[in-house]
Amino acid sequence: MGQILVFSEQRDGKLKRVAFEALGAARQLASQTNATVAAIIVGKNIASEAETLSKKGADKVFVIDDPGFAHYSSEAYGTIIADIAKKEDTSLILMGATAMGKDLGPKVAAKLGGPFAGDCIKLECDAEGKITATRPMYGGKIISIVRSHTNKYQVATLRPNVFSVNEADENKKTVFENIDTLPDLSEMKAVVKEILSSANTKIDLTEADIIVSGGRGLKAPEHFALIEALAETLGAAVGASRAAVDAGWKPHSYQVGLTGKTVSPSLYIACGISGAIQHQAGMSSSKYIVAINKDPNAPIFKIANYGIVGDLFEIVPLLTEAIKTIKNEE
Amino acid sequence: MDFIFTEEQTMLRDMVRKFVDQEIKPLAQQIDKEHNVALVQGILKKAAPLGLLGIPFPEKYGGSNMGEMGYAILLEELSRGCASTSVTIGAHIGLAGTSILIGGDEAQKEKYLKPLALGEKIGAYALTEPGAGSDAASLQLAAKAEGNDYILNGTKLWITNGDIADTIVVYGLSDAKLKARGGITAFIVEADTPGFSANRIEDKMGLKGSATAELVFQDVRVPKENVLGQVGMGFVIAMQTLDESRLSLAAACIGAAKEVLGMSVDFSKKRIAFKQPIAQFQAIQFMIADMTAEIFQMESIVYRTAWMYDQGTKIPREGAICKLFCSEALDRIVDKAVQIHGGNGFMGEHPVERFYRDSRVNRIFEGTSEIQRMVIAEDVLKKGSY
Amino acid sequence: MNIAVCIKQVPATESKIRPSADGKDIDRTGLSFVVNPYDEFGLEEALKIKEQVGKGTVTVISIGEDKTIEALRTCLAVGADQAIHIKDPALSGSDTHAIALVLTAALQKENYDIIFFGKQAIDNDSGAVGIHVAELMNLPHVAVINKLEVSPDDKKAVAHRQIEGGTEVINIDLPAIFTCQKELNVPRYASLPGIMKAKQKPMTIYSLNDLNIATDAVGAEKAMITLDQLSPPEKRTAGTALEGNAGEAVTALVRLLHEEAKIF
Repeated sequence: MGQILVFSEQRDGKLKRVAFEALGAARQLASQTNATVAAIIVGKNIASEAETLSKKGADKVFVIDDPGFAHYSSEAYGTIIADIAKKEDTSLILMGATAMGKDLGPKVAAKLGGPFAGDCIKLECDAEGKITATRPMYGGKIISIVRSHTNKYQVATLRPNVFSVNEADENKKTVFENIDTLPDLSEMKAVVKEILSSANTKIDLTEADIIVSGGRGLKAPEHFALIEALAETLGAAVGASRAAVDAGWKPHSYQVGLTGKTVSPSLYIACGISGAIQHQAGMSSSKYIVAINKDPNAPIFKIANYGIVGDLFEIVPLLTEAIKTIKNEE
Repeated sequence: MDFIFTEEQTMLRDMVRKFVDQEIKPLAQQIDKEHNVALVQGILKKAAPLGLLGIPFPEKYGGSNMGEMGYAILLEELSRGCASTSVTIGAHIGLAGTSILIGGDEAQKEKYLKPLALGEKIGAYALTEPGAGSDAASLQLAAKAEGNDYILNGTKLWITNGDIADTIVVYGLSDAKLKARGGITAFIVEADTPGFSANRIEDKMGLKGSATAELVFQDVRVPKENVLGQVGMGFVIAMQTLDESRLSLAAACIGAAKEVLGMSVDFSKKRIAFKQPIAQFQAIQFMIADMTAEIFQMESIVYRTAWMYDQGTKIPREGAICKLFCSEALDRIVDKAVQIHGGNGFMGEHPVERFYRDSRVNRIFEGTSEIQRMVIAEDVLKKGSY
Repeated sequence: MNIAVCIKQVPATESKIRPSADGKDIDRTGLSFVVNPYDEFGLEEALKIKEQVGKGTVTVISIGEDKTIEALRTCLAVGADQAIHIKDPALSGSDTHAIALVLTAALQKENYDIIFFGKQAIDNDSGAVGIHVAELMNLPHVAVINKLEVSPDDKKAVAHRQIEGGTEVINIDLPAIFTCQKELNVPRYASLPGIMKAKQKPMTIYSLNDLNIATDAVGAEKAMITLDQLSPPEKRTAGTALEGNAGEAVTALVRLLHEEAKIF
């Protein structure tokens, strides 16, 4: 098997958790096939993060530390990765199925003419390095297993919060290589002009370890304050059901479900959400699900680990207080 | 024999279904609880530019010429969402618009039918009176000729769209001696005519979002050019209009029936009793089987009859059969749906409760079940056989 | 402005999807098919731009079996000017590469200023074809846009795309490809006049031969990646119902989250 390349996504000079998850997956596959694992990091002022990639299992790290490449560009990043891949025998290229990875993965696959598997939740490979990937389809109503028929330039994006991260190895021997032959930025026909940060999303849903979501049961937009208070206490992100988004209580960026985001946190607390199949499509892979709803027949209870049938206006504040107490004791 | 929708009819159904899912269903409970006619009027405003309010009418009058089939498809789909909306649109197209189409001359169709088809104006049809329901021929509203006008005096009752309509087709007695045999005349009355007033009637079992009104005519002056068809031909226009509208009412019953069947199936799979989904019980399965069998019958007779109507066949008997069977079948179906839902079905929070209340009037308005049976029997006895 | 919208016919969103008996495909019996919802945002945006500019043509393009014509016809009823239906038995089993290759060949027959795709088709949820076509056509693209401003005179556009914790604002030169996300617009309905006119609008049918693509360049044999097995997702089962009054239930929940789930 040729090398496994891991594109290590960073934002503002900090590697994302999913970069380590991809590295973990690569290491796992490499251990079965004796492949080398090489990470790629692109950005500005990222030298220390390159070190971290070493400790987390990269045999080699390609570093592109250049202010011109601080912002994502599909064309520029795609060219960089394809060029690195072509320098050596490359079997597989991994990255997170984030906003960036969902764009970059197909781009790299197209440039290299390799097969693409998006949003994988499980990844295996045979002795030659041909991958078999498990990925949801039909909005999670179907789980598919796809098989690659080549071991050259396979590209896969990995769903965040699914793959595990390697323990750090302080003594890992890693080769660092700075790439200085870079694409000509003046030729780029699509350029990021600016990034508007959304003040209201402190923690992004897809990356969050805990999510507290509100739905129609909240009855009015101002009652989202209850959800936000609980989320704050837990250090969680806030989500919303389609009903709440369609009612205009929260923007679409909060929506969990079929036409919104797919999330896999450790804990998902659904408050006043009935849990229609469309909502479940976005959150049923959460590790633990808590449902709070006044309708005992709400479908959400069928998939919840812990369910409370009752009035969320009474229960959610009590829960917030109880958790606060515990956190203070700690 | 070809018993499938054409490509256009399929596209129409898909489009209306999407419109109902996105624009009507989310409002249906609120429309019912708040008696919110304004929301229904808002839906009509959105439906108009899509061409939905002129489906059966010829293109030259602003319609889309999709015939009774197109109209039946529209009402079936609308009724999946909200009976108040369906009835409002039904009275607008099937009663007011159709009366003008049947009885009107070119000038009247241009002036009155076209704005209805385009949804610029809302229509109503005023036949029923406090003392003349099923026995429409005994209506009393006086229409007295005076110079170039007719003067209308009297009261109409339970008129759908009565107080939101701009254009009202009013049936009056122009010759008290002739009555239904040439004494009833149809008039097009503009709602802003002096002497006309309408009072909303709120206290109804169902259709709470449709505007039902009492219309009062006090020396309402209508120009002679607003006589629909010939003087004395009103009863014929009224009855021909009802032939067609009974069929569309039956189409509306199909949509409601399919909707509550869907709710019942979902609920019975979800609801656990005695440690299993109630759908596992034969008692529930038999109800679902009966509901399904009746829906198949409803669908079969309505679309067959709509096809006949579009071929130019008169359908007094068939329209009555469709109306009779579908309205009664729907009542049996909503009754089973509530039964399957148990206590939930009795609660105002669940839409099935609304469907139950909205369904009942179908056996009453536009000719009671008893009237339909009379029409059918009379027709068979006259012909001597099927 | 000449605008192309690439669409796909997919099972309706609310469909119950089950694997077929052999697990190689889904069970298609009784399913109703619609235009992929994300493609509808592309069509709406195309129609809006055409209205804004005041001239141009909106062409919808789809690859698929005979049935696909329904989806194309629906787009014509909504307002597209013409449709291209690419069908060829050899296409069956094609992977992203082959689909992108074929679409590219069809798109290169005309000069389009903008090409829209949905951000993904809701059947295989891959989201790769539009980006792939951009690469093959050597055009810039922005994927998953939720806002677009086009300046037709200087052939430029500004696109917004949601990223984690914010929005990227991208300047892009036309011609370009965009893949569309939900918030971009509110798609209009087909109108009755549109439905009546749909059949009269031009519908071009291409085979692989018409596109100068060899039949052995596509299809299952050529696919680098294939579907091996479809299965329903693992069913979660209902866990513990926490009884008692609100206080008791909350106390029980906190204990379980702490001791069993080890969240805090």
